[in-house]
Amino acid sequence: MNKLLYQALPWLVIVGMFVLWELIVRLFGIPSFFLPPPSDVFVTLWTQLGPITEHALITLYETLGGFALATVVGAALGVALGASPLVHHSTYPMLIGFNTVPKSALVPIIVMWFGIGVVPAIVTSFMISFFPIVVNVATGIATVEPELQDVLRSLGASKRVILRKVSIPRSLPYLFAALKVAITFAFVGAIVSEIIAANSGIGHLTSVASAELDSSLAFAGLLVISAMGVGMYVVMERIERRTTRWSVRGVDVVVG
Amino acid sequence: MKPFVEIDQVSLRYGGEADGLLALDRVDLTIGKGDFVSIVGPSGCGKSTLLKAVTGLWPVTGGEVRVAGSRVRGPLKFVGMAFQNSTLLPWRNTLENVLLPLEIVEPHCSRFRSHRREYEEIALELLNTVGLHGFATKDIWELSGGMQQRVQLCRALIHEPSLLILDEPFGALDAFTREELWDVLQELCMERKPTVVLVTHDLREAAYLADRVLVMSARPGRFILEHKVAADRPRSLDLTYDHDFVDMVRELREHISSARTAAPDMEGTNR
Repeated sequence: MNKLLYQALPWLVIVGMFVLWELIVRLFGIPSFFLPPPSDVFVTLWTQLGPITEHALITLYETLGGFALATVVGAALGVALGASPLVHHSTYPMLIGFNTVPKSALVPIIVMWFGIGVVPAIVTSFMISFFPIVVNVATGIATVEPELQDVLRSLGASKRVILRKVSIPRSLPYLFAALKVAITFAFVGAIVSEIIAANSGIGHLTSVASAELDSSLAFAGLLVISAMGVGMYVVMERIERRTTRWSVRGVDVVVG
Repeated sequence: MKPFVEIDQVSLRYGGEADGLLALDRVDLTIGKGDFVSIVGPSGCGKSTLLKAVTGLWPVTGGEVRVAGSRVRGPLKFVGMAFQNSTLLPWRNTLENVLLPLEIVEPHCSRFRSHRREYEEIALELLNTVGLHGFATKDIWELSGGMQQRVQLCRALIHEPSLLILDEPFGALDAFTREELWDVLQELCMERKPTVVLVTHDLREAAYLADRVLVMSARPGRFILEHKVAADRPRSLDLTYDHDFVDMVRELREHISSARTAAPDMEGTNR
């Protein structure tokens, strides 16, 4: 396939989706408050760019805050779980139980604890995104080849040295795979929290807009969120490719 | 010659429990310092298990192993090891992989940072001797399977271990590369004179490289035959076409096939 075409393909699909959306709305005469055509959404995006950007930045701030927490806590827990079968055995059921609780159900309680504002969104974003990081890092740590462990142990390496020299570097690709999932989860967490209780952020913006039947504003907000999600995903991937080139060798991922 | 590895009536049950599968049954073997011993036997007979017992990675359930005169009670701390599958670290380049043991083994690890250049020189020289001149900064996945095994040999030998443990190191290579590496290994061993224990399925390899070839029975493993290989070193591949050599390999082969038929098929129970 033509290389240029290949690289343009994701963009063509996105543009194609908008065209299809526009056609469906026009052909079937769907009322704008029900489903606005993308052209309306883009116009709204342009005319309301100031407030939308303001809300988007708040959401981005909350998301990154929660995501950073999730990365630190998730990686640390993952290392502990992966390195110690005892820790794994004793805490894993609890973690699964915790992860099964719908985070949206917790938001009112978190709001009760911290009050309305950015904190509940950060906490929700953290809670929803840390689990995949734990699981992946633990897997990366726990699956070091037994022969490799033998090589190191018979050189006199302690558990700590094996962890530092082998297990942790080896689990980095697992960490990045998880981060790419977690960053999109983190956005979801922040938005859900904003929808339930906040007076700023894209979640707040869209819920207010929906209540006022201003669908094109709601969609404009969602569009911005998607764009930020893709943007952050690409950032994660760039970092991944830079730091763990050895694990993605020869795989040409064409995102962005 | 002074004994270096003494395996004295060693038994080993998996899991260390009384009802665990008996892998080794009162095995006796003494290896002199600087000796090269090959161990062959049917699949699953406990060859690799014996290596784990010798290096102290697995505790024995009966008898004892002594290395350099003292009883093995936990993992030894100086052994060079190489395996069939590449256990190199893909995030390190070739040179950094070879240097790994020096970052771990005493006394090198405490002076590694301050003397890094010096150690790098040693590693580069070792890479040269195995024919990897100019590959030091290459990443591991850029190397062929044979090159990776050369690097593994370098990593196993960089800290000049007195004991070298090789578990089918050339098993995954094509015949030509394998024979090439026999000579690489022979040269390294003649120069450094470590005590070597080689486990292999390739009887020609076992006989070509070793001073003694030991045949193990099917599980539970015991030694049922020992062959001394008298040929002078350095040996050349011509030796493997020599009449006596061929006869010896044939005899080893016959013993292993009778050991195989004496026991149910052990395929796939290697670990």
